[in-house]
Amino acid sequence: MSKPRTGNAWLSKAAVNGALVLAVVYMLFPLVWLLTAATKDAGGLLAGNAFSFEGFDLGGNLSRLAEYNDGIYFHWYLNSLLYAGFGALACSLVSVAAGYAFHVYDFRGKEKLFGLVLLGVLVPTTALALPMYLLASEVGVVNTYWAVLIPVLVNPFGVYLSRVFCAGYIPDEALEAARIDGAGELRVFWSIGLRMVMPGFVTVFLFQFTAIWNNFFLPLVMLSDQKLYPLSLGLYAWNSNAHAEPDFYPLVVTGSLLAVVPLVVAFVSLQRHWKAGLTAGSVK
Amino acid sequence: MKARTRAAAILLTPFFLLFTAVMVVPIGYAVWLSLFTEKQSGLGFGGAETVFSGLDNYTAALGDRAFREGFGVLLGYCLLYIPLLLVGALALALLLDSALARARRFFQLALFLPHAVPGIIAALIWVYLYTPQLSPVVQAMEAGGIGFDFFSPAGALPSIVNIALWEWLGYNMVIFYAALQAIDRSVLEAATVDGAGAWRIAFSIKVPLVKASLAMVGLFTIIGSLQLFTEPLILNKGTGSAVTSTWTPNMYAYTAAFDRNDYGLAAAASVLLALTAALLSFVVTRLTGRRKAGKERTA
Repeated sequence: MSKPRTGNAWLSKAAVNGALVLAVVYMLFPLVWLLTAATKDAGGLLAGNAFSFEGFDLGGNLSRLAEYNDGIYFHWYLNSLLYAGFGALACSLVSVAAGYAFHVYDFRGKEKLFGLVLLGVLVPTTALALPMYLLASEVGVVNTYWAVLIPVLVNPFGVYLSRVFCAGYIPDEALEAARIDGAGELRVFWSIGLRMVMPGFVTVFLFQFTAIWNNFFLPLVMLSDQKLYPLSLGLYAWNSNAHAEPDFYPLVVTGSLLAVVPLVVAFVSLQRHWKAGLTAGSVK
Repeated sequence: MKARTRAAAILLTPFFLLFTAVMVVPIGYAVWLSLFTEKQSGLGFGGAETVFSGLDNYTAALGDRAFREGFGVLLGYCLLYIPLLLVGALALALLLDSALARARRFFQLALFLPHAVPGIIAALIWVYLYTPQLSPVVQAMEAGGIGFDFFSPAGALPSIVNIALWEWLGYNMVIFYAALQAIDRSVLEAATVDGAGAWRIAFSIKVPLVKASLAMVGLFTIIGSLQLFTEPLILNKGTGSAVTSTWTPNMYAYTAAFDRNDYGLAAAASVLLALTAALLSFVVTRLTGRRKAGKERTA
């Protein structure tokens, strides 16, 4: 009686794990290809056998990447770090401040205002890129750092997440205690509220950093000076050349690999935070 | 009390200032722009002048076959992509959630990882994997006697859906998995005691309890799908591709603005796209949000 049951359980266990392994192979295969393809010279890449060690030239690819056009690639890399690092930091501060205010204070029209934020989550942002470009050219900031930085400071979903996190992390008593000690409201936010909601802050930061690092449409519309490009736009420009000049293929592939590394490291080391973000997003 | 109101105002001001500057004003400006057309004056020596043209840009966009076909492409894309994404992500989440799955942490991370890859790079990698000269996949398929042209008219849409699935399956699986984890375990235990099998529990208990997450993911996926741009743009750069430069409405607006310098037409196309998003959001929340509205009334 018990034997077929354990046999059955073993079978379904194998089926479940087998299906998950298949899914993992599908997800990781392109990344493994990227890793091995980055070690190939143009000839080896065009031969299509990316998984062999024929034409191994990772060092050559890296040095060509560093040298091409006076090292413009690493210029793009710094730009991406600047856009994503500074943009995500400022955006998280702005979002958490607003989310905190929505959680802690009561004022007239509060839920209506929050409804406006939620409406903002649903706006298709690429439809705004063109009018934003024309506005930016009238103000005279088109083709500058600001043109890419200012729009990414707004993330309505970050405000929503921050409100949820504040409700979860900040007990009213802590704020009350600080007030009794005579701290002003902004002081309470800065030294108690912000500190307690720090895990939520990191989550908002991580998602915004990723969004900016991956942003392509906005820089494509706003920037024409190659020196201001982020990685995404620079690699796109190189790829457009590759059809005419296959020598660009190894540059694009190796450049893509290096561009993926920071985010992979961030997501592997900050697992608790992105899981918390997606959980907070899902349960509501 | 006054101090608190002031603090709330100070903390909310930065967000709403920026919100106005980069969302409200551009929406208004797009509507404004869509009502004007640039006309060459006289013999074209006097430069262009901008004249009010009412809804002409809208009729021009809607009258353009390329624009209408773009919506046709989007419809096909949504019909193929959204069911595959929702069913796939939910299936993976259920697999992960079933008590048999081991090494959950590893699976979750590995399946989520493609989300860390920028969309443009994901598209590049896959286009290289679709290109016969570069791809070990196409070569292996050909060796096995399967010929498939990923850039052909019939192949382009599945090719793009595959890229999008690769980017978003794991991300949405984590959302569903989190919702499944939030289910009260005693409900599941009670069902097991009553003799329900794993399949029965999955379909009769777990899936109905994560309906709200399904609706939310569906909504965000529709809005994201309407903006389809990056992946087809990369496929468009491939040689001999069936993807044209106006393949999706967003590509149409981009081409109108930057290749043809027709800002009025581009603005009208953007507004029409945003209106479609608003309409679909309204329909989806209406269809799925009844339960929530009831909840609010009782609260």
